[in-house]
Amino acid sequence: MATLTLSGSWKSRKNALPGFGLSLGFTLFYLSIIVLIPLAALIIRPWELGFDGFVHAVTQPRVLAALKLSFGAAAIAAVVNTIFGLMVAWALTRYRFPAKRLIDALVDLPFALPTSVAGIALCTLYAQNGWIGELLAPLSIKVAYTPLGVVVALIFIGLPFVVRTLQPVLAEFGREPEEAAATLGAGRLQTFRRVVFPSLAPALITGGALAFARAVGEYGSVIFIAGNLPMKSEIAPLLIIIKLEQFDYAGAAAIGVVMLAASFLILLALNALQVWTAGRR
Amino acid sequence: MRGATDDHPLARWALTAITIAFVVLFLLLPLITVFSAALEKGFEVAWSTLGDPDTISAIELTAITALIAVPMNTVFGVAAAWAVSKYDFRGKSILTSFIDLPFSVSPVISGLIYVLIFGLQGWLGPWLREHDIKIIFALPGIVLATMFVTFPFVARELIPLMNDQGRDEEEAAMSLGASGWQTFFRVTLPSIKWGLLYGVLLCNARAMGEFGAVSVVSGHIRGQTNTMPLHVEVLYNDYQFVAAFAVASVLALLALVTLTLKSFLEWRYADEIAAVHRH
Repeated sequence: MATLTLSGSWKSRKNALPGFGLSLGFTLFYLSIIVLIPLAALIIRPWELGFDGFVHAVTQPRVLAALKLSFGAAAIAAVVNTIFGLMVAWALTRYRFPAKRLIDALVDLPFALPTSVAGIALCTLYAQNGWIGELLAPLSIKVAYTPLGVVVALIFIGLPFVVRTLQPVLAEFGREPEEAAATLGAGRLQTFRRVVFPSLAPALITGGALAFARAVGEYGSVIFIAGNLPMKSEIAPLLIIIKLEQFDYAGAAAIGVVMLAASFLILLALNALQVWTAGRR
Repeated sequence: MRGATDDHPLARWALTAITIAFVVLFLLLPLITVFSAALEKGFEVAWSTLGDPDTISAIELTAITALIAVPMNTVFGVAAAWAVSKYDFRGKSILTSFIDLPFSVSPVISGLIYVLIFGLQGWLGPWLREHDIKIIFALPGIVLATMFVTFPFVARELIPLMNDQGRDEEEAAMSLGASGWQTFFRVTLPSIKWGLLYGVLLCNARAMGEFGAVSVVSGHIRGQTNTMPLHVEVLYNDYQFVAAFAVASVLALLALVTLTLKSFLEWRYADEIAAVHRH
């Protein structure tokens, strides 16, 4: 591939800058060694079981339960994050309030905080004797060591994706369309529903989908609070590790392929959405 | 009087309150928990747990890993951005999507792929065992997994930035007789330095903090293959809560320093770092 690209562009290149061969060659070499070949190993591995073996590996009840939890909890967390992320992004771009800069900077915390640190902190916070767990105990709501705990951890990890996707769109979205709507007699809520929301929708979907994709594969912040009971609160990434420890490499890779395929489908759908919205403008 | 596009004061008040409550509940409280749990028995106790030999070895391993992975990915990021932004060639958009690939892969899968190659039953497993080379459950595996998860940071920061800058200035320098490397170090590097620093900062934070990918390849051997985020897990599962949260506090401080520097760079050098900042 490298030589083909090189020779193909060599002739058409009207460019005096040196270093094309060196920089592209190094890029392709490093990319192949670190990313492409290892990912190819993942995609090839499960098929040593044969197609039926692959299907059998990913449809065992324990695997299905784990996939259901990972995808289901990620979906719930993504919906929560989309709703509250919109409110957070709206307040941060449109209003002034005390400690706004601090709140804005805090939104990035899940990107910067190692997931194991977030994991033990959330678990401590929501355990029976934790600050929040204590308050919820009289209401007989259990968060730690239940699927609800998984959702809480995934809300933590996904929020910045929604807020950071929406903020630039909200900032660039001028007041003119809203003013026009107001001039034409639309109420504030009507303006939001008919004018603002439709133009925000692509960014909302993108942010929500990014949060979902991240949450499906999340491991560190979840495993402490989840309790990890097979069939109940065991997430798919943990099951991959359990299979590896049993030297069931093909079984682990099979779950990995399903998760990888899901995240690629999400990315493809997002790309299609971008092309579609760009075409509508 | 309220302007036509201003929200109702009640809506404004409610949204602000919800925003603050949500961020405090889901983001600030976990952060405060880290420090308060570490300091539960006083600063002295927390501080002394950091002197444990296994903890010190975890800190060293984390530093060594970052010291290898971050420079490698920085060199790669600069090379990739140079190739993508200064030349036209076929397959460019596929190349940039491939560079972003690691961001859409689960951390556990990022570790798994190296086990499938270098693990006992991996492609190269038998050969490695014959020659007594350890990659999985050893430093090379930890570095590889870290390199994978931090792979795109520098490149994706530099590509849009260098695309915007074009190649006019470099071509001018070349026509005035500068060599290729001279052009790079005297013309290109000064104009991308803040963007580069921004990318390196985020790359380093993730390299030091990665948990899932490293967890798969490390083997959790105390004093040998435990990085700081892994050591947090080991201590916590051992019910050594003060020690676990003390190490976690060090990592949380690192995250706070990173966020502060990041905000500073975004504020001070907004024009000199790329406009798009998603991770």
